[in-house]
Amino acid sequence: MLPDELFPFQESSAGDADEAAAGEGHGVLGRRNRRVEGLRKSTGQEVYADDLSFPGMLHCRILRSTEAHARIVSIDTSKARALEGVHDVLTGKDMPIPYGIIPWTRDEHALALEKVRFIGDAVASVAAADEDTAIRALDLIEVEYEPLLSYLDPEEALAEGAEFIHEPRKEGKHGNVTKHVHLSFGPVDEKMADADAVAEGEYYFHGTTHTPIEPHCAVGKVEQNGVLTVYSSTQVPHYLQRELARVLELDVAKIRVVQPAVGGAFGGKSEPFDLEFCVAMHARRTGRPVKCLYTREEVFYSHRGRHPMLMRYRLGASKEGKLLALDARTILDGGAYASFGLVTTYYSGQLLTAPYGMESYRFDSTRAYTNKAPAGPKRGHGAVQPRFAFEITVDKLAEKLGIDPIEIRRRNFLGTGKTVNEFTVKSNGFLRCLESVEQASGWKEKFRQLPSGRGIGVAGSSYISGTNYPIYPNPMPQAAVQVQIERSGRVTVLHGASEIGQGSDSTMGYIAAEELGVPLEYVRVFSADTDLTPVDLGAYSSRETLMVGNACLSACRKLGDLVRGTLAAEWQVPARRVRLRGGWALDREDPERRVPIAKAFQLAEAEHGTLGSVGHYDTPKDVHGDYRGGTIGASPAYSSTAHVAEVEVDPETGFVEVKTIWVAHDCGHALNPTLVEGQMEGSAYMGFAEAIFEHQVFKDAAHGKKGLHDAPSLLDYRIPTSLDCPEFVALIVEEHDPEGPYGAKEAGEGPLHPSLPAIANAIYDAVGVRMDRLPFTPDRVWRALREKEAAEAEEEQVA
Amino acid sequence: MKEVVRLRVNGDDVEVGVPTHWTLLETLRYELGLTGSKQGCDKGDCGACTVLLDGRAHLSCIMPVYEAVGHEITTVEGLADGPRPHALQDAFDLCGAAQCGFCTPGILASAAGLLRENLEPTRREIQEALSGNLCRCTGYTKIFDAVELAARAVREGRPPADLRDEALGTAAAAGSRGAGAEAAEGADAP
Repeated sequence: MLPDELFPFQESSAGDADEAAAGEGHGVLGRRNRRVEGLRKSTGQEVYADDLSFPGMLHCRILRSTEAHARIVSIDTSKARALEGVHDVLTGKDMPIPYGIIPWTRDEHALALEKVRFIGDAVASVAAADEDTAIRALDLIEVEYEPLLSYLDPEEALAEGAEFIHEPRKEGKHGNVTKHVHLSFGPVDEKMADADAVAEGEYYFHGTTHTPIEPHCAVGKVEQNGVLTVYSSTQVPHYLQRELARVLELDVAKIRVVQPAVGGAFGGKSEPFDLEFCVAMHARRTGRPVKCLYTREEVFYSHRGRHPMLMRYRLGASKEGKLLALDARTILDGGAYASFGLVTTYYSGQLLTAPYGMESYRFDSTRAYTNKAPAGPKRGHGAVQPRFAFEITVDKLAEKLGIDPIEIRRRNFLGTGKTVNEFTVKSNGFLRCLESVEQASGWKEKFRQLPSGRGIGVAGSSYISGTNYPIYPNPMPQAAVQVQIERSGRVTVLHGASEIGQGSDSTMGYIAAEELGVPLEYVRVFSADTDLTPVDLGAYSSRETLMVGNACLSACRKLGDLVRGTLAAEWQVPARRVRLRGGWALDREDPERRVPIAKAFQLAEAEHGTLGSVGHYDTPKDVHGDYRGGTIGASPAYSSTAHVAEVEVDPETGFVEVKTIWVAHDCGHALNPTLVEGQMEGSAYMGFAEAIFEHQVFKDAAHGKKGLHDAPSLLDYRIPTSLDCPEFVALIVEEHDPEGPYGAKEAGEGPLHPSLPAIANAIYDAVGVRMDRLPFTPDRVWRALREKEAAEAEEEQVA
Repeated sequence: MKEVVRLRVNGDDVEVGVPTHWTLLETLRYELGLTGSKQGCDKGDCGACTVLLDGRAHLSCIMPVYEAVGHEITTVEGLADGPRPHALQDAFDLCGAAQCGFCTPGILASAAGLLRENLEPTRREIQEALSGNLCRCTGYTKIFDAVELAARAVREGRPPADLRDEALGTAAAAGSRGAGAEAAEGADAP
């Protein structure tokens, strides 16, 4: 028997029992709940990496290469070491083991070993009593370089006889090819020959970077028990822990990675960076905590942003508009290191045809090393550039065939089942997305009917909810969550996912509150600390809601079953009659029979002992082909998206004003519509920004120091302000997927993709020029308009 | 070379020894432990460091600490009225206006500066007031919603939670309960 009152005040803090009893379906999910950390963020209490401080902490700064490609002849650190206040100086030979996020392409060193490969490559690191001293010490380090031929253009780097930026991984191979993929599905040439219309183009994606507002920051600290703790603004704590162990030659169990709140990432913090190795090594050598905070300039050079891609596409269709065949040739400009490039190269083709049913296609993609800051994964990894090219080509076909651009997309709906490259799609809300933007935008009254200078365009996309396989192959779970409940009614969720602003902590909190019937304020969520939380692979490829969410659901259901079983025995009813909801355990058929949830937990704890459980998630293994590369791009579930953009183009200046973007996105089940809309609006914003504003430019020899970043500041690398943005209209579509928790799929990346081609197609509707190269800055649009005028004048003359 | 500087921060008089070239932001963050204000660029480009000086928004990352002497400095930590968050802080949470949260303290300072002078701002006026604050997560829509909601809550003397669903046309208010809901209840003007 439990005493009636175990704790004072307890019963009064449960929710309204009648409300709990009356409610149908979900009590927590699908509602616009607060975030679990929302007020911590809006009151300034949230702790980010640079907010950490420890007694005796040293400050680290990194010396960076001034050469785009050079052999390091010598490094003299003696003057820096002699400076008062300097505690430690590191160079490449102190950490000679290479690292890299992809196990097959470990081509980076914490500090350059023999060569530097881009301006900004890390060369030496100083730990000093304060930042000013560290900066002074960097000036005292003397590096002698022997410059080598450098390449900014991937096609030049790939040419025969080019100087190799990296030694070839296999003898006889070209050292500047990081990856080449050629895959073909279905009878491409036959189908292309059958086509009634063929559209083609050479498209260029210009390269953009993430620019999270928080610069990268890491703190290294050696604990009294010898454990090395690294606090870092990373979105992949587990992968960071592995690479730290490799480079520092430490037992992985003696490394703890803690991810504090992260101030934006977007893929820009999804692999290890030089600063994490440097603070760790300095901390080990000095015995002092060491912090390194990137300057904004360093954030631009660390980059890993979206690859520039040159894409040559030919797309054939029947006269009814059925897409028959695609031939795609792509060159990726990878910059100086491999990063995720192996995956990017596959993604440039593997995700190309979704969301359409294609009868055949082939792609040939080559990623080149160049002497620029390394490109990598940015929100919508590897699929945004091909989507841009593909959706414009579809528009060109629609025009040739006289079919409405929304209609041609509708006619090619993929549906569910297998794609031509053998991915299994289990839910698909793309038609509903198209319908939704068609109606909301007033498409039928606007397309080809708006006054000159005003236009409207559509584009579609589809994206993965996590990759089917981890970055390092292993048969262990992809995601795991531990949940504890106890006699106070409190629920604690420990999960490894990385909260980077997208709301993964809240999502796990909502699932726990839903399943265990507690009010949200009873749930505590702790995440991304490798000492405290189960292994998770991190915040990339939009995997967290589906994978970590499923793991959380599994852990919670085990506990829910115990609690329900206890009450069922107590009430002598079948367990299915016991419902946990809104702070109460209730009998479904006799709602007057109920106890506050804390009491229910107490009864269960008395029966079963201390209550905790773990849940994990594994991906289905039968959702892809067994050809080489067939797993890359495979996902348990695919989201889909459609955008309509409306623009106004000034024909005199070439200035494009995007008025409105309607975004419809099928996220499966919106576990919190506010969070889903936030991802949709933020994604559409980022795509819009890449289309109109942003451009990661490196100077060529004619414009300054070759390879130097043209604008490494937030003033010159223009990201849109509150005055620059169009209106974003988020339209949630819910097509539940059997693989997702409660049917949920991703929402963090998919809604970005169609922004760029929808705007390009709208510009065509407005002024009749095809913008096949990004970005759509006034000079480029103006030039395209003048070229069109000249061509038309010539035609008239001929006529 | 350090010197003692006397500042008035969030209603407190403080004395602090800092290197003479330090900015107000460095002093707040690294000497006073007020880490709510953020450094995003160090050049006055991003606005994450925005604080109020005598009620008006200023960039603390390009302000030498000496220039702040004699002024009333308010940071994100000083916006709340005792244990209750400022209506703006509560509205940001309710509207999903903070995702990663890194730009939030600066945006709150700019928005608080705006509401101090104009309790009925148009969306255009909000856009102008926040044009010096870069947000990379939200596309700004939910930030505008939150500022409008907070302004209305202050005008009507009601908690933002009671007004949100009507203001935004969103689902039942029952869903607005959550972590911190109790602390936030009754939030109103400073």
